[in-house]
Amino acid sequence: MTTLPVQDSVLPADQPSPRRLSRKATGADRVFEVGARAIGATVLVVTGGIGAFLAWQSVPTLQRYGWSFFTESAWQPEADVLGIGAVLVGTVSIAGVAMAFAFPLALLTALYISEYAPAGLKPTLVSMVDLMAAVPSIIYGMWGYFLVMPHAAAFSLWLHQHLGWIPIFSVDADPDAAVWDQSRYIGSAFCAGIAVAMMVLPMSCAVMRQVFSQTPPGEKEAALALGATRWGMVRSVVLPFGRGGIIGGTMLGLGRALGETIAVLLIISPDFVIKPRILEVGTSSVSALIAGRFGDASAAQLSALLTAGFVLFLITLVVNTLAAVIVSRSRSGAGTDA
Amino acid sequence: MNTPVSATDERPVTASAGTTYVPLIDPDTPPPAPRPGLGRPTAEERFTVVGAWASAFALAWLVTQRLLPLGGPAWLLVVWFALGLVMTAVTTSMSGRRVDVVDRVVGGIVTSGALVVGSALVSTVVFVVYRGWEPLLHLNFFVDDMAGVGPRDPFDRGGIGHAILGSAIQLGIAIAVTLPLGIGTAVFMTEVGGRFAVVVRTIVEAMTALPSIVAGLFIYTVLIVAIGFPRSGFAAAMALSVMMLPIIARAADVVLRVVPGGLREASLALGASRWRTVWHVVLPTARPGLATALILGVARGVGETSPVLLTSGVATFWVTNPTDGVMNSLPLFIFKGARSPEPMDIERAFAAATVLLVLVLALFVIARLVARPPRATAPRPRRTPRAKSAAVEESA
Repeated sequence: MTTLPVQDSVLPADQPSPRRLSRKATGADRVFEVGARAIGATVLVVTGGIGAFLAWQSVPTLQRYGWSFFTESAWQPEADVLGIGAVLVGTVSIAGVAMAFAFPLALLTALYISEYAPAGLKPTLVSMVDLMAAVPSIIYGMWGYFLVMPHAAAFSLWLHQHLGWIPIFSVDADPDAAVWDQSRYIGSAFCAGIAVAMMVLPMSCAVMRQVFSQTPPGEKEAALALGATRWGMVRSVVLPFGRGGIIGGTMLGLGRALGETIAVLLIISPDFVIKPRILEVGTSSVSALIAGRFGDASAAQLSALLTAGFVLFLITLVVNTLAAVIVSRSRSGAGTDA
Repeated sequence: MNTPVSATDERPVTASAGTTYVPLIDPDTPPPAPRPGLGRPTAEERFTVVGAWASAFALAWLVTQRLLPLGGPAWLLVVWFALGLVMTAVTTSMSGRRVDVVDRVVGGIVTSGALVVGSALVSTVVFVVYRGWEPLLHLNFFVDDMAGVGPRDPFDRGGIGHAILGSAIQLGIAIAVTLPLGIGTAVFMTEVGGRFAVVVRTIVEAMTALPSIVAGLFIYTVLIVAIGFPRSGFAAAMALSVMMLPIIARAADVVLRVVPGGLREASLALGASRWRTVWHVVLPTARPGLATALILGVARGVGETSPVLLTSGVATFWVTNPTDGVMNSLPLFIFKGARSPEPMDIERAFAAATVLLVLVLALFVIARLVARPPRATAPRPRRTPRAKSAAVEESA
């Protein structure tokens, strides 16, 4: 941006005065600025418009059903009973199972890559994790449905037999039957959670690894020089430094797990019951509800689906925002001073 | 040779008081005792680790397959893992202290965790290829459509050509929409700035949290139900654009923000306008990063099934006009095949999944190659004359 000083000839020559500077863009710069602003405004209108549209569409539904929209479990448009209680519980339980698998594995993998792996192997491992994140979710869905589900059902049976007294592991079936009823153990939140875990694991792992790799090498070397073992160094330096990254990466994965559709749709058997028993057949999630019911939806029903989508969006938004705040705070070194 | 040492070339025979002589060191002679390797495990340590896990495997096999009624490979692996940790702890405690035991056991846990993840990735790839290799052997699978092909027809009839073409058309439209808008927004956010840019950045970052199914539902409600546009490739492309736009804009923003400010200032100081600065300095500097952002966005879009499921519908035949009715795409073909009760349909779905996997892998490798920092000699001869001519043009 070039701005020429404005020559003011009317000023008396003997009185020096500061020349006036203009920061306003002129000519081609003005065109550029206005053009860029217009593009920014367009994107703002498009993306913000979606959020506003969803919010606007959910007003009539919330007026019609009120608070019971969040507590009602059935989705029966013909009886005018609509609610997302069951699908919300299903969404959370699937995401919970996914995080129960993904969090420890992501943490261990990130630690292995940043601290334990041989130096020559590290770039390969990093790109393998990135590649894992790029694998489409439908492929993990097929992996979960065709390969893992029978084994997951067998594992569910074992959990039911030995830990069935814990409410979430109980199943409405006889655990000690001579021939176990496999159909009671498939299509559950547990099976779907395993496939979703594969999807969110690389994402969490990448964030954690990145934060671990930013650990100041001086502090690591200081710990080793003081006689710490490798685990001692990891525990006293790397993990405290990367605490923000661990929490943030996990929450980022959680946000993705809550919104996952296609793998869940492929695996679960839809069922609209508030069900804390994660091993039992039949569950649902908000995204699977939308994918399953949009086709034959009337206008009012579509508005209800949009409301469900809006609620899902708000949840993932809150989770992602918290994750972003936590990660950005940890990068600035807040973790080291503590 | 070390200069202070070699200054006096011969060792004095008698040491006189008040003079200090630096001992002569010849770097070529081998040290009297072998230097201890730093960071590298000794033979004993390596034997402790390997031996513990080997003995744990033998013990686990004995326990699960011979003693206890715990048949099957799953129990073998679990018991091997548990016994491996125990054996590691026992062998380490013979020579080391508690800290050593904890260190070794945690090392075993961390390595096993990484191995589990690695084997899960390998099992995914191998399983998909294993279930879907047979249709891939027929060339018609890549170039034919499924029109008139029944679910029980042999694999030398029918193919996924129409799905590949549909994916290409949908992604092409989505890129044509998102690339200028996404990079334009990033340029606005980094180069113009101001209070409005902060608002735009906040909203764009918030919208990356939008689940893809909700993006699809939005396009379905607005474009198909409200406006009455048919379910088509164009609608699917719009849904993909809505999903990809925040991702690309945000990634491009991150890339543009790390362009050194000195480059911009140098360009402006040479008299370039802001537009010329962006076009000739900022964007070329960030080109590898921008390409990576685009390719990763495309890799995400090509495999995204849920928005396409809502907006495009399934066709079994070639469709080249994106505004004219239903159009198939790769993820949709896979999804429909995987839900089909016919085993041959499932096999075709696995074959299509293999194609999709290879496609994503290829995109990923390209992204890696593009993002690699350029060698010092390669881009310079190309860039310098252009920059020079630009500067000449500006100053003229």
